[in-house]
Amino acid sequence: MTFTKRAFIGLAGAAAMTGLMVTPAAAFEPTKPIDFIIMAGKGGGADKMARLMQAIVEKEDLSSRPLVPTNKSGGSGAEALIAAKGAADPDHTIMVTLNSFFTTPLRQPGLEIDNMAFAPVGRMAEDTFLLWVHKDSGITTFEGFLETAKADGNAWVMGGTGKNSEDNIITDFLNGNYGLDMKYIPYKGGGAVAKQVAGKQLNSSVNNPSEALGFYESGDMVPLVAFTDERLPMFPDVPTLKEKGGDFSYFMQRAVVGAPGMSDEALAYYTDLFTKVYNSADWQEYKTKKSLMGDFMSGQELKDYWEVQIARHDDILRASGAIK
Amino acid sequence: MRRAELITAIILGILSLALMWKAGEAPSWNPDIARFDNIGMIDGEGPGSGFWPFWLSFAMFGSCVWICINWVRGTSAPSQSEEPFLDEYGQRTLITVGGGLIGFLLVIYVLGFYGAIPLFLIYYMRFLGRHSWFATACVAGGMTVFCFFFFDIAMRIVLPKGVLEPLFIPLYDIFL
Amino acid sequence: MDVLLSLYGGILIALEPINLGLAIVGVIVGLFVGAMPGLGSVNGVAILLPFTFIIQSFTGGATSPMIFLASIYYGAMYGGAISSITLGIPGASTAVATTFDGRPMALAGKAHVALVAAAIASFIGGTFSNVMFTAFAPALASVALSFGDPEVFALMLLAFATFVGLGGDDIPKTIFSICVGLVLATVGFDIISGEPRLIFFDITGFSHGIRFLVLAIGVYGIGEMLWTINTSRYGTTMTKVDVSFASIFEAIKEFRFAWRGTMIGSAMGFFVGILPAAGATPGSLMSYGVAKLTSKDPDKFGKGEINGIAAPEAANNSASTGAMLPMMTLGIPGSPTTAVLLAGMVIWGLQPGPLLFTNQPDFVWPLIGSFYIANVIAVLVNLAFIPVFLWMLRMPFTILSPMIFILSLVGTYAAYLDMFDVSLMVIVGFAAFFLRILDYPVAPAVLAIVLGPIAEPKLRQSLLFSDGDFSIFFTRPIAGPITVVALILIFLPLLKFIKDKLKKPA
Repeated sequence: MTFTKRAFIGLAGAAAMTGLMVTPAAAFEPTKPIDFIIMAGKGGGADKMARLMQAIVEKEDLSSRPLVPTNKSGGSGAEALIAAKGAADPDHTIMVTLNSFFTTPLRQPGLEIDNMAFAPVGRMAEDTFLLWVHKDSGITTFEGFLETAKADGNAWVMGGTGKNSEDNIITDFLNGNYGLDMKYIPYKGGGAVAKQVAGKQLNSSVNNPSEALGFYESGDMVPLVAFTDERLPMFPDVPTLKEKGGDFSYFMQRAVVGAPGMSDEALAYYTDLFTKVYNSADWQEYKTKKSLMGDFMSGQELKDYWEVQIARHDDILRASGAIK
Repeated sequence: MRRAELITAIILGILSLALMWKAGEAPSWNPDIARFDNIGMIDGEGPGSGFWPFWLSFAMFGSCVWICINWVRGTSAPSQSEEPFLDEYGQRTLITVGGGLIGFLLVIYVLGFYGAIPLFLIYYMRFLGRHSWFATACVAGGMTVFCFFFFDIAMRIVLPKGVLEPLFIPLYDIFL
Repeated sequence: MDVLLSLYGGILIALEPINLGLAIVGVIVGLFVGAMPGLGSVNGVAILLPFTFIIQSFTGGATSPMIFLASIYYGAMYGGAISSITLGIPGASTAVATTFDGRPMALAGKAHVALVAAAIASFIGGTFSNVMFTAFAPALASVALSFGDPEVFALMLLAFATFVGLGGDDIPKTIFSICVGLVLATVGFDIISGEPRLIFFDITGFSHGIRFLVLAIGVYGIGEMLWTINTSRYGTTMTKVDVSFASIFEAIKEFRFAWRGTMIGSAMGFFVGILPAAGATPGSLMSYGVAKLTSKDPDKFGKGEINGIAAPEAANNSASTGAMLPMMTLGIPGSPTTAVLLAGMVIWGLQPGPLLFTNQPDFVWPLIGSFYIANVIAVLVNLAFIPVFLWMLRMPFTILSPMIFILSLVGTYAAYLDMFDVSLMVIVGFAAFFLRILDYPVAPAVLAIVLGPIAEPKLRQSLLFSDGDFSIFFTRPIAGPITVVALILIFLPLLKFIKDKLKKPA
C-alpha cells in the first residue's frame, strides 16, 4: 500500500497546493465515517458524479475517514432533504445536490426545508442541456425541428425524466414560446430517455451530454441546439438557443452541501476537501469529457447563487402552474 | 382457525377500502383536485396516477368478499378447520420469539446494532434455547465482532450505533 | 473467424497473472457478499468501485479493474443461491425464485444437491450467454433498442402469465396476494404524474416506495422463520446433511435430472436480460414459471424439484451477462449493478455506446475473455465452498434461528441504509406469519412487487403514445404476439375450467 500512496504523491501534492490557497488546514477532522447522501437513485448522472468524487477522495487519500454514499431518491429528493435536515451529526453529513434542491422545497412547502440553512460546501460543476433528435428524422437545424414539430402537433413526442424536472421545464419553455404542442412522456432517468430516442421510440429529448454521448459518437443522435450561454467546446457547431433568438439558458447545479447546523470548522474542512477534489486531474478530465461547465464556488458566493436560482425556479414553476 | 379466517378477511377488506380511499388522494400542493379525480382514464392520456392502486385495491376488496363467501360455504381449508389459530404453544412462541424480535428492533434504536445483537443472542440462546453460558458468550461475541468487521470495516456499511457511538471512535482510528 | 481470434486474444490477456488473480479474489468476494442476505452484486460492485482506482493506478487501463468488478458480479450471482437454499432468505431479488424449491430441498436434507445443482446450472447459464454475447453482441443490441414501452409491458404481462399457477389452490387468496404486491409497488412518487401516492400517515420513509427486499426478507426471513418455529415446536426441522465430498460427488450426478430447467433458464435468462428495462430478476422468475408450465409434473414444483432450482439459477447468471450487453453497446444499464459498472467505465475514461466495440477492442475482448474465465473460477470456488455453507445447517436450531433474524435485520439495513425499512420489514414479517397460517400464498406478492414497478409505468407510457388506445399492445409487430400469448396463458386455466364444467352434466 505504501507504494500506491507514493505513486499518488505527485498528484495529491499538486492538489493540496491549490487547496491550501483557499483555506488553511482547518481544526476540524472527521472522527467517524462521513455520511454522503446522494439526492438521486443509483446509476443516474448525480450518482455517477458522487461516486467519482468518492473515488477521488479515496484514491488520493484526501480524507482520514471514508465517505459512505447513501442513495436517497424518494420524492424527487424530498427524502434526501429531510434526512439531511434531521441528521443526528451535521458535522459528518454532506449531500450531493441537483436542481431538485431548489424545486422540491418550492413545490412542497410542507417539508419546511430552508435551502439557506444548508452549509455551502462547494459547487463542483454545472451540467448542460441540449436538444437531441434521431439522425433518421432528417432534421439538422433548430428551425427544421420547429417546423416538423409544429406540423406534427401532439404527435411529436418528447421524452424526459418527470413532471417539473429540468427537461420538463425546458420542454414547457419550447411549447410555450414557439407555438408547439409536443407530448411529454416521463421515464426513469436520462439514460433511458436517450435510449428511447436512439431506438426511434421518441422523436426528441433534452439530455445532458453525458447521457447522449455514446449515441452522438455513433451518429445515431444529433444535437440541434444548446441551452447554454455560449457554445459548448465539445459541440462547436451546435448553436445556442440565444443565438437563435430565444432568451433562455438552463443549467443543472452539481453541488455538495453540508447538513443544516454544520459547524464553521467542519464547513471549512469540507470546502477544503472538495476544492482538492475539484482540482484533481480526474475531476478536470471528467468535466471536459462530459462537457460540464461552471467553476468551483463556495461560501457566500454559493449562497448568492442559490438565491438567484431559487428566485428563478420560483418564476418558472409559477409560470407552468406547478405552484401557486 | 375458522373464526380467525373470517376476522382476517374482514380486516383485510377494511384495509383494502382504506387503500382505495388513500389512492384517490390529491397531491398536497394542489388542493383543487377533487378526491378520486385521478382514478379514471384521462382522455388521450390513459390511466391517471390513482388508477392502478385504486382498482387493484378494489380487486383486493373483491377477493376479501370472495373469501368471506367461501367461508360461509365452508369451501376453504381454514374455514373448516376446528384447530385454534394459535394454540397455547403458538401463543407462547409468538410472545417469546416475536416479542424478542420486537425488543431487538427497539433496542437497535437505542443501543445500535452492536449493542442489540449480543443482547438478542443472549436472550435467545440462553433463555429460549437453554445453551450454556459459554456457548452463548462465544456466539454472541463472535457474531458482533464478525458483523463489525464485515459491515463497518470491510464493506464500509456503517451500521447505526445509537448511544454507543463514542465507544467506536477509537476503533475507527485503528481500522479505517 | 475474426470473432474467435479476438476472443482468443482476449482470453490470453484475461489469463495474465494479475488479471487471473483479480478474477479469483473478485469471485470469492462476490460469493460471500452474495451469500449474505440483503447484499447482492450491486453492493459488492458499488462498495469496491473506489478500490478499482487503486488497481488502475497499478496496471493502467480499464481492463484489470473491470475484470475485478465483473468477477464480483459473477461471484455474487452464484452466492445469491446460497442463502436462498440454506437459510431460505433470498440474498438478492435475483435469487427469489431459487427459494421456491431450494428451501424445501434443504428442509428435506438435500441441501447439498440443491447447492450443487445451483452451481452447475449457474455455470451452464453463464457459459451459454457468454457464447451468445461473443457471437451476436452488435446484432442483439439492435433487438434491445427495438423494445419500446408496449413491448416491455407485453413481456411483463407474459411474466405474470407464466406465474398464474404459482399460487395456492385458494383462488381469492392468490388474487389478493398478487394485488397486494402490485398496490404496494405503487407506494412512493409516481414518475408519470410526479404525484406522491399512498404515503401513509405522511411518513417520509414511504416516499422511496416499499422496497423489494423489505417485502422479500420480511416474508422469507421473519415470516417463514416464525412459521417454522411455530409448526416445528422447537424440534429441528432440517434433516442433517451429509457434508462429505462423496456426497457432493453424488449430488453432481443428480444434476442429470436438471437439464431441462437449465436449458430453459439459460435461454430465457439471456433474452430477458438484454432488455434494458427487465434484467435478471424477471428473467429468473419467468424461467421458473416456464419450467413449471412445461413440466410433465408441475405439482412437484415448490416441493423441492431440482429443475425449479436449475431454471432460475441458470437464468440469473445468463441474464447477468445479458445485462452487460445493453450496458456496453448502448450505454444503458439493465440493472442497478450494471448501472454501477457503467459509472465505473465512465470514470475510467471509457465511453460505452455503439462504438465501444470498434473504438476500444483492447478493452472489450479481454473483458469478454474474463467472463469465460470468471465463470470457470466461480463454479470451482463455489463447489469447493459448499461444505462450508452446509456446515451452517448443522448448527442447532436455537442458534441458527436467531442468526437468521439478526441477518434479516442487518441485511435490510445494509441494503438500504435506512432504519425505517428495517422496522417495516419486521412488520411485514409478522403480517406474513399470520397470513401464512391461514393459507394465503405469499410468493405471488413478492413476484408482483418485482414486476409491478416495471409494468405500471410501461403501461401508462404506452398509452400516452397511443392517446389512451389499448390497441397499441396488439398492433405493434413485437408487442402483439407477446400480448396474445400472455393473454392465452392467463385465460387458459379459465377456459379449461369452463370446459370441464360443460362436460360434466350438472
